[in-house]
Formats: sequence, C-alpha cells, structure tokens
Amino acid sequence: MNETVLGLYNYWVVIFLMMMGFYIVISRGNLIKKVIGLNIFQSSVFLFYITVGKVSGGTAPITAEGFEVYSNPLPSVLILTAIVVGVATTSVALSLVVRIREAYETIEEDEIYAQDEAR
Amino acid sequence: MSQALQAQLPVLQVVIPLLAAPLCIILRRRSLVLPFATGVCWLTFLVSVFLLGDVLEAGVISYELGGWAAPWGIEYRVDALAAFVLVFVSGIAALVLTYAPRSLNDEIPASRHYLFCTLYLLCVTGLLGIAITGDLFNVFVFLEVSALSSYALIALGGRRQALPAAFQYLVMGTIGATFILIGIGLMYQMTGTLNMADMAERLPAVEGVRTALVAFGFLTVGIALKMALFPLHVWLPNAYAYAPSVVSAFIAATATKVSVYILLRFMFSVFGLEFSFEQLGLGRALMPLALAGIFVASTVAIFQRNVKRMLAYSSVAQIGYMVLGISFATATGLTGGIVHLFNHALIKGGLFMAMGCVMLRLHSVDLDEMAGLGRAMPWTMAAWALGGLGLIGVPATAGFISKWYLIQAALEQNSLIVAVLLLLSSLLALVYVWRVVETAFFHEPSARAREAREAPLAMLVPTWVLLGATVFFGIYTRYSAGVAEQAAEAVLRGLP
Repeated sequence: MNETVLGLYNYWVVIFLMMMGFYIVISRGNLIKKVIGLNIFQSSVFLFYITVGKVSGGTAPITAEGFEVYSNPLPSVLILTAIVVGVATTSVALSLVVRIREAYETIEEDEIYAQDEAR
Repeated sequence: MSQALQAQLPVLQVVIPLLAAPLCIILRRRSLVLPFATGVCWLTFLVSVFLLGDVLEAGVISYELGGWAAPWGIEYRVDALAAFVLVFVSGIAALVLTYAPRSLNDEIPASRHYLFCTLYLLCVTGLLGIAITGDLFNVFVFLEVSALSSYALIALGGRRQALPAAFQYLVMGTIGATFILIGIGLMYQMTGTLNMADMAERLPAVEGVRTALVAFGFLTVGIALKMALFPLHVWLPNAYAYAPSVVSAFIAATATKVSVYILLRFMFSVFGLEFSFEQLGLGRALMPLALAGIFVASTVAIFQRNVKRMLAYSSVAQIGYMVLGISFATATGLTGGIVHLFNHALIKGGLFMAMGCVMLRLHSVDLDEMAGLGRAMPWTMAAWALGGLGLIGVPATAGFISKWYLIQAALEQNSLIVAVLLLLSSLLALVYVWRVVETAFFHEPSARAREAREAPLAMLVPTWVLLGATVFFGIYTRYSAGVAEQAAEAVLRGLP
C-alpha cells in the first residue's frame, strides 16, 4: 500500500497533472485557458521523463571518486529538447490567440464559431 | 558523384532544407527568396532520388549522425519505404513551390514571402526528417518541427477563419504529439534504448508487461490524431479549407501521409507484426474506423459548398483507404496502403493546385461561383476532372491501382463485404466529384466565372505535371506499386 502510494508519488503527480491539463484543454472555451491547460499537460510529461531517469541512490552523472551509482542523464537531456518544443508551441499558440482577438474581438471559442456561422 | 558525397546523402537530405530556412530570412528580398527556396527544394528532391536509387540497388542504408555508433548515437536509416516517402514528399514540395509565386502574390502580402519560404522549408525538413530517422525521440522532434511550421503556414490564410482553424490544429496536434512523446517515454523506460532497430530486438522480452501495452495505446491514439483518422479528424477540414492555396496543396499532399508512415514504422518495425496485429488485434480496431471514415467523410464531402473543404473531407476518407490497407497486415494489403500514400499524394496535391488556379482567378472556391467555369478556364477544370477520376479510381488512373490492390487484399482474406464496401465507397466519390464537374462544365456561368481568364502557364504546367503523373502511374507502375511492394515486404519482415 505505502509502496504504491508513497513510493511512486512522482507518478501520481504526473498522472494528476496530465489529467488536469487534458481536462482543461477539453472543457474550457477560453483560448488562453486552453493554452495553459496544454502547458500543464506537457509539463506532466516532462516530470515523467525526469522521474524515469532517476536511479534511487544515484548521484549526478559526473565521474568522481567514491560514487558508484549514477542517475541516467539521457531523459533529462531529451526533455530539455521537449521543453524547447513546448515553449515554441506556446508562443505560436499565444500569437495565434492575439490575432484571433484582433479578428474576432473575442477569445471565447463558441463566440468565434457563432460569428462565422452568422455570416 | 564522388563516394564521399554519396556517403553523406542521408544527412544532406535533412540538413540542406534546414540550413536554407534561416538563409531565407537573411536574403529577405522577395525576388531572391522564392527562386532560392525553389532551388533548394529541387536539390533535396535530387538527393532523395539518389537515395532511392542506392536503396533499391544496395539495400538499407544506415548513417551514423556525428560518427556516434548506432544504439547510442542517432541513426538515420533509409530503407525502401523511407526512400519512397522521401522521394514523393520532396518531389511534391519542389513542384508546389515552383507553382507558388503567382498564387502567393495574390494571397499573401509580398512583405511576408520570405517568412513563408522559411516556414515552408522548415516544414519540408520536418517531414523528411520523420521519414529518414531511425531514432524514436528524433521522430518526435521532427514531428514538432513540421507541425509548428504548418500551424503558422495555415494561419497565413487570407480569411480570418484560418486563425481558429490553425489554433484548433495546434491544440489537437500538440495533444497528439504529446501522446506520442508519452508512448516513447514508456518504451524507453521498458527497454532503455531509443534506436528503433535496437528497441525491436529488446521489446519481445517485455511485451507482456502493462507498460508496453500502455505505450502502444498512447502511440496509436497519438499517431491517429496526427494522421486524422476518423473520428479524430476534426482539425483537418477547416485547416485545409482556409489555408493559402499553396499551403493546402503541400500539406494535404504530404503531412498526413508522413503520419501514416509513422504508424507503419511503429507498428511493424518497432512493435512487430506479431505483437501489434496477432496479440493485440490492431487490425480489428483499425478496420472499422477506416471503413467508417471512408463512408462518413465521403458522405459529408458530398454536402460541402466550399470545394476546398470538400477535398479536405475527401482526404479524411482517403486516409481511411490507406489505414484499411494497413489493417489487413498482408503483403497485398500493405502494398495497397503504401501505394495509395503515393497515389493520393499526387492526386490530392494536384487537385488543390487546380483549386489554387481557381482561387487566383475567381477569388473564391465556392461551388456556386464556380458554375460554368469550364468555359473560362478549360485547362484548369480539365485538370481538376482528371484528378477527380483518380479519386474515384477509374481504370488507367493511379487511384485505380490502389483500389485494385485493396480489393485484392480483401478478397485474399475472404472478406467479400469489405470488397463490396470498397466498390460502394467509390460511388460516393463519384457523386462529389461529379457535382463539381457538372457545375463547372454544364451550368450557366456565374457573374464571376464569366469574367475569369485561364490561369497563367506558370501555375498550369506544374498542376498538369502532377495530375499527368497520376495517369502515368496508373499505367506504368514499376516505380509506384513496384517500389511499394518491395517496401511492404521489407516492412513485413521487420527490421533485420
């Protein structure tokens, strides 16, 4: 019991964040909130990768005397790339929101589609 | 060609457009940028043709990026399937950009042309990278390179609907890519490797573990989102309908096809035929979705007033054909799926290019406005009709070859129902193609159609080259179905 709940708490945080972010993307009509939800969703995956790389009792992967066990650095490096991708996605998304606001005077999804259908 | 250069071809395939993209920003002058980008695209096409030649002659090419040996470093791996995808993606990219200048002048402000070229080359880089890489994480990175640039390309569309369409695509595309990222992470957790061939060797030991199953689930859903498999296609129609004509032509012809390629790679090369199809029954899951997609999307296409939107729905249906071929998981079925990747890329690319000609002269792609257009723009609309015949699958067009293989695959498996459904679905295509042909050739011209002139030769020639190719490959199939057959066999064998 304690093993699954406390021992794997990183994974619980990941799952909670993932579901929360995903739910926000699906349920909110406000485009900015969607972007935030998307960010939370992606962040959960970053945490997941970093958790995967951790070796219990391991230290930073720099060879030094007295240390035998090292954590795996590769997932952290991969996620550095994914974070850059995430930043790029967010900036593209936000600039689209700005242009949508200019064109439609609103950032509520249903109002945007209502405007186009009305014409 | 010198040996040294030939050895570097795999990396040049990606590096040339990647480096050329920022150069477009430095060049900036419109008169320089477009010819430069077009030249770069033709050069990448040339590289891919050489690669295909090498692969067909000497077998799989493996390239170690930066000299780091394979399971640790990133490997570029070109087999028959990858080379086939590289050739048609780079070929269509080059042809569409050759066609582009007049259409761009009309639809995108001249001050933004250099940005368009940058984005376009980045998108090409991403798509080619996906096809060539043998590293799982690399797939994700290239996927996002191509996706992010295509969001921006779509948002360049002239009407404001392009903006929410691009945003919706961004949200769904990012969710799809993140799902793929989760799947790759879980697989890395199980096997400790990111190299596809290495992973294929290590996976059988852990295939029963739930983590591997979850990874498989995330990957399947993520890829299905990216390739717009029904019912995950909602982002596609608006994105294709409101993007600039040039962008529609390029993205409709290539982006979803490359996603289908990712599906093939993951399900056959990495997970393996036995695990994906025999243990988990992926075929049984994909087939109903594919058939539902073919019928629902074709029916919806019939009722569209906007012809670009109609073609977009037709694309969703065509993805259904490709996935149907894959779901058989036999040599004939896969050949049908893979050759349809290629044939549909030609047909849909050509059709969207013809719509670009219509957009240039009519400033509308509304079916009512296109009434009687066959008189004012006979060459454009004849090209359109030729592409439409390909969509239906009339003999002596490329579309027929794909359907021939698919029906054969269905009959091989004794699923007569699927074969009959395939034939019936062609009737739906006939209806939506005929609607446009009838309106354009047999209706009284609309006010706008009366004033329209034939599209300029600079646009007509590439359109006809692409649609002419559909007839060529409908009759002479050595380099379409022939290569596809070789690719299908290689894929079924799995990675050596």
